[in-house]
Amino acid sequence: MNVLIYLVPIALALGLTGLAAFLWSLRNGQYDDVEGAALRVLSDDDVG
Amino acid sequence: MAEVLDLSTFVQHRDGTAHIDLAVEGVACANCIRKIESSLKLLPGIVEARLNFTNRRLAVDWREDELAAADVIAALQDIGYRAHPFQPERAETEEAGQASWLTKCLAVAGFAAMNIMLLSVSVWSGATDMPQETRDFFHWLSALIALPAAAYAGQPFFHSAWRALRTRQLNMDVPISLGVLLALGMSVVETASHAKHAYFDSAMMLLFFLLCGRALDHAMRRKTRAAAGNLAALKAEFAHRFDGAELVRVPAAALKPGDRLLVRPGDRVPADGVVLNGVSEVDESLVTGETTRHAVAAGATVHAGSINFSGTLTVRVTAAGTGTLIDEIERLLEKAVATKSRYVRLADRAARLYAPVVHATAAMTLVGWIAAGASVHDSIITAIAVLIITCPCALALAIPAVQVVAARALFQGGLILNSGDAIERLAEVDTVVFDKTGTLTLPQPGFDNVTGAAPDLIALASRLALSSRHPLAAALAREARERIPFEGAIEETGQGVRALIDGAEARLGSAAFCGVEPILSANAVAGASTICFSHAGRHAVLVVQQKLRPDAARVAADLRALGIKLIILSGDGPNAVAPIAAALGIAEWRGGLKPNEKIAIIESLKARGHRVLMVGDGLNDAPALAAASVSLSPISAADITQAQADAVFLGETLAPVREAIVTARRARRLMHQNLWLAVIYNAIAVPVAIAGLVTPLIAAAAMSGSSILVTLNALRARRAS
Repeated sequence: MNVLIYLVPIALALGLTGLAAFLWSLRNGQYDDVEGAALRVLSDDDVG
Repeated sequence: MAEVLDLSTFVQHRDGTAHIDLAVEGVACANCIRKIESSLKLLPGIVEARLNFTNRRLAVDWREDELAAADVIAALQDIGYRAHPFQPERAETEEAGQASWLTKCLAVAGFAAMNIMLLSVSVWSGATDMPQETRDFFHWLSALIALPAAAYAGQPFFHSAWRALRTRQLNMDVPISLGVLLALGMSVVETASHAKHAYFDSAMMLLFFLLCGRALDHAMRRKTRAAAGNLAALKAEFAHRFDGAELVRVPAAALKPGDRLLVRPGDRVPADGVVLNGVSEVDESLVTGETTRHAVAAGATVHAGSINFSGTLTVRVTAAGTGTLIDEIERLLEKAVATKSRYVRLADRAARLYAPVVHATAAMTLVGWIAAGASVHDSIITAIAVLIITCPCALALAIPAVQVVAARALFQGGLILNSGDAIERLAEVDTVVFDKTGTLTLPQPGFDNVTGAAPDLIALASRLALSSRHPLAAALAREARERIPFEGAIEETGQGVRALIDGAEARLGSAAFCGVEPILSANAVAGASTICFSHAGRHAVLVVQQKLRPDAARVAADLRALGIKLIILSGDGPNAVAPIAAALGIAEWRGGLKPNEKIAIIESLKARGHRVLMVGDGLNDAPALAAASVSLSPISAADITQAQADAVFLGETLAPVREAIVTARRARRLMHQNLWLAVIYNAIAVPVAIAGLVTPLIAAAAMSGSSILVTLNALRARRAS
């Protein structure tokens, strides 16, 4: 069971990274306009 | 004269760049985003233009020295979008902050619940052959995650429970907080004594599901508030203000006492004021509900919201001093709002019944097991397990989930809710009180062919009316099929408009102007106005009057079929109300009422046990709306009135009133079903818990199972009637 000594911190760190990423995206305004984001992807202005 | 548009109150400045928020009308498709943004970026000086499709708002930044705010609006107008400057209300900003806090709590609870679940699952599956040290290690690890996470994510519930307890009341958050705290506390004790089971996972799952419910509830209210905010911006009126000798167009919100304004015929008076010069008639139907017009001259007081009819007025804006109409209405409003807050939400009523039962059951379990000879430790554990399993997780999700789905259905039907619990109150309505002017009738008067004029004359008259600014002519002009004005039409102020049609002169205006005898038909409602038309020796008298909303009679009949009593309370004279009441078959009506008399009637109805829905639009209706159990107002209503209503409906029809009641009743049925589902779940799980057989697995399964079930059931509120 010694494997737990490094597996558990890794698991927790991964979880915390996910949480931090979510909180960052929330602060960054990624959820301010969810409907718009779905439609913007369809316009091809940026291509070329 | 090209007018200067002054938007300075809406523009924010930051080192050389200016910023404005605009509510945009007519954004409907993916293409609109690209069209608006790319055409704005072609303007010189634009730094950034970004359209938020979710709330239909556009944020524009530009370099101040190169561009003015009015240019941005003009550019949007050119590509076919009407934009209105927008200032977010403080309530909306506060709610945005609250929503992001709830989402953070939800994220933390979700993270903790998932990680603890991972640890718990391994404990359950390896419970028999896992060494005690490993199990304890897993439990302590769970505690390490759960305790800080619960301290953070539980705050919305702890705060609310504490507020309720301090005022010696019980709400849904009291048993929730108690359950979570006890579950965590017991788990720590259990872990310290090397026990097999800990309940960290149940506590975090509970918080996670409850926060889902809370966040859903909040998201719905934010969405409707954003829509209402946009509507307010679209409705915002402009005033013509004298800056020295120059006339500047400014938003009405930017007016200050002492400003001098020019009010043209057909314009709405933008603020309370005193007439400095000019002679005219004003229509105060939005203010008092009265349809007859008042003559005003220098020295007379005019109220915001009334329409200037015939002459041009110069008005000095006055401060809202004591004794003014607005002041009186605000005083009545405050009183009425205070009485309304006694309403108890369904969820809290359920909590009042439920919480004592939960607490009593847990206490009895404890006493029962001790009496039966079990150890005190085991008895406490079983009692706490009962508390956890009966925690109203599904209950707390049951109601917001239905509300969200029902509010969305109403939104699609043209009804915007201002308050979340309006659905529950709408469902209980047994009496509907209507205001007349602007509510049962259309907000603007319309042409009604009660004199039997020939269709070809009406066609000519309505097309000629396109050339006039007069409000009566504007009502007639809405009838015109051909929207092209006659060439060479000349308007003679205060008399009418004339033009040459097919070689003969046509005149539209006062009787004297057209050379005909004014006759008012017996079918006309009091307060109706006549406008005369003559052409090539033929003439007609046309009646413009308040018209019923097209579906008013059908909606009235439908509401009666639902078993609802209908009443009309109007500020307009009795002889104007009688024909409307007769046309709708409403026997109970009163006319000529003052705002406090409307309140008195509604209060007496409520005292007799009736649940009253008030539908009204006038400034004089605002206190009555607040006094009623629940209230609706059309989008054309005065601002104060609209702010007071629980919901606002769009469009020319009255159907949203019926829709609101039908949808609300269906939603309430689903809420009750959901509450029963939760109760049945508990009825099965509680005996198991009392018997001391609850494992964390059962607790978690019961909780998520019931939560998912009530959420699915809530989706049925969407179905159209």
